[in-house]
Amino acid sequence: MKSAPYLLSLPALLLFGAIVIIPLVMTVLLSFHDWGQYKGIEPVFVLKNWHEVFTDSYFLEMFWRTFRIAFFVTLLAAVLGAPEAYILNRMKSPWRGLFLLVILGPLLISVVARTLGWALLFGGNSGLINKALVSMGLISAPLPFMFTETGVIVALTHVLMPYMVLAVWAALQRLDPQIENAAVALGAGPFTVLRRIVLPQVMPGILSGAIIVFALAASAFATPAIIGGRRLKVASTLAYDEFLNTLNWPLGAAVAVLLLVALVAIVVGASRLVERRYAQVFG
Amino acid sequence: MAFLSLEGLSKHFGTHVAVDGLTLAVEKGEFVSLLGPSGCGKTTTLQMIAGFVEPSGGAIRLEGRDLLAVKPAKRGLGIVFQSYALFPHMTVAENVAFGLEMQGVAAAERTRRVGETLELVGLGTFAGRYPRQMSGGQQQRVALARALVIRPQILLLDEPLSNLDAKLREEMQIELRQIQRTVGTTTILVTHDQAEAMALSDRLVVMNHGRAEQIGPPHEAYERPATPFVASFLGRTNLVNGTTVRPEKIWFATSGLAGKVRTRIFQGNHWLYQIETADGLVTVIRQNTGEAMPGEGEAVHLAWAAT
Repeated sequence: MKSAPYLLSLPALLLFGAIVIIPLVMTVLLSFHDWGQYKGIEPVFVLKNWHEVFTDSYFLEMFWRTFRIAFFVTLLAAVLGAPEAYILNRMKSPWRGLFLLVILGPLLISVVARTLGWALLFGGNSGLINKALVSMGLISAPLPFMFTETGVIVALTHVLMPYMVLAVWAALQRLDPQIENAAVALGAGPFTVLRRIVLPQVMPGILSGAIIVFALAASAFATPAIIGGRRLKVASTLAYDEFLNTLNWPLGAAVAVLLLVALVAIVVGASRLVERRYAQVFG
Repeated sequence: MAFLSLEGLSKHFGTHVAVDGLTLAVEKGEFVSLLGPSGCGKTTTLQMIAGFVEPSGGAIRLEGRDLLAVKPAKRGLGIVFQSYALFPHMTVAENVAFGLEMQGVAAAERTRRVGETLELVGLGTFAGRYPRQMSGGQQQRVALARALVIRPQILLLDEPLSNLDAKLREEMQIELRQIQRTVGTTTILVTHDQAEAMALSDRLVVMNHGRAEQIGPPHEAYERPATPFVASFLGRTNLVNGTTVRPEKIWFATSGLAGKVRTRIFQGNHWLYQIETADGLVTVIRQNTGEAMPGEGEAVHLAWAAT
């Protein structure tokens, strides 16, 4: 029976359609509806929301900020996460498991709890670290953290770091255990081994980790909502506010759809590039 | 004075003794094999020479100099790893050139020597390929070229042929021997394959439990094994009437030890027999000369020359 595979995957397809495709299509349609302060949502076809999103510099700033934050989070996660994975990979047996748990542990804790932790440490005058630094006389005023881009970037990097570590870790596992010795025997110093032998081979891992981290950072909601709040909005918190505060659902829908399309384009484009670059070498 | 000498070399891992006071003198240009079962300390010995494992005791000298005082990256040894450990992100030419680059050899000279060495291993036309686009045997040659191009004082081979299939392994054995003769590099091979060790080396070091049981030319070790371990590890042996006899040195005769053929296996160039005798099971190997041979269940008599 040729139809058997289709029939067998039908339940999953139906579920997928019901909970992903249909709401998505409805959101896209919603973004073309009209909205007014007193008339509410009108199911007509207008380009008003899209026009506003593309022409109002306010939205441009939001999206620019969203991707700027995602970019720096990705950069930080790569710069910190790749060496972290490498060190972890070189650890001996009991320590390796322990520290892997330390790094992946945060995944078991709610994003909200983890982000609030940062707020407790750095939030205004009462934040623990700020208080300590001020009382030690190292700084005169509390470090600005809450409602700053830096704060959002630091907290998001912490939240998303495990994904980068895992991706690089997986690439390191595929490394021939003798390959570093091979380079050393040919006269390479430790730094040369890292730069010429290890790094190029884990690059696909770093790039795939970067794609995951970038996508998650650009679409993150909880962390920017808590650290950035209403003062420092990103695309996701902007869409949320349009839906729940302004009640301008169509405009919120346009923002959400634009974020989705931009992200899909970036992620698909990036993975294509990565695949093409490394297909010949690593297959 | 020997070219390379290991003097009472030992390695302990906790309470486990991997190498136990190994002493060995290797002459310049010699091909020496460290042969033994897994866990006999042969690989650990190789890694101590390479500098990847630090000895617990003893000394390694190269032309009289203390090699242990030299960092692994400065020892200038050529190593072929069991997994080849080629750099997958570099082309064949880049792989081979890496060692020269580390030595600071000028680009033009580098290109010339890489080309020369690739010719030597028969890969002249493969310079632009990536390792994963090549077969196991070809990757093996790249690994060999990468080790030889730096003109190492010693070539270390760690089970280099164990990942190849039987036929290719035989071809590579012959080729490896020829290449070694051509370049004349002092070579130390680590292997558990006694046929490979005997085919390639000038001398064998048969190792067991971290010690050298016998050091000598393959033919001598095979014909006059110093210990029962060497006798049983190098080829097959029978223990009949308290003496060890090689299976190929027993023939079917009209009188002698009586027995019955239990199994007979045809292996192309020879027949492999298991004969039931009063002394237990005896293995006999007879060359296939095209003549009729005793079949299974037949009564036979076995004879051999006294040693």
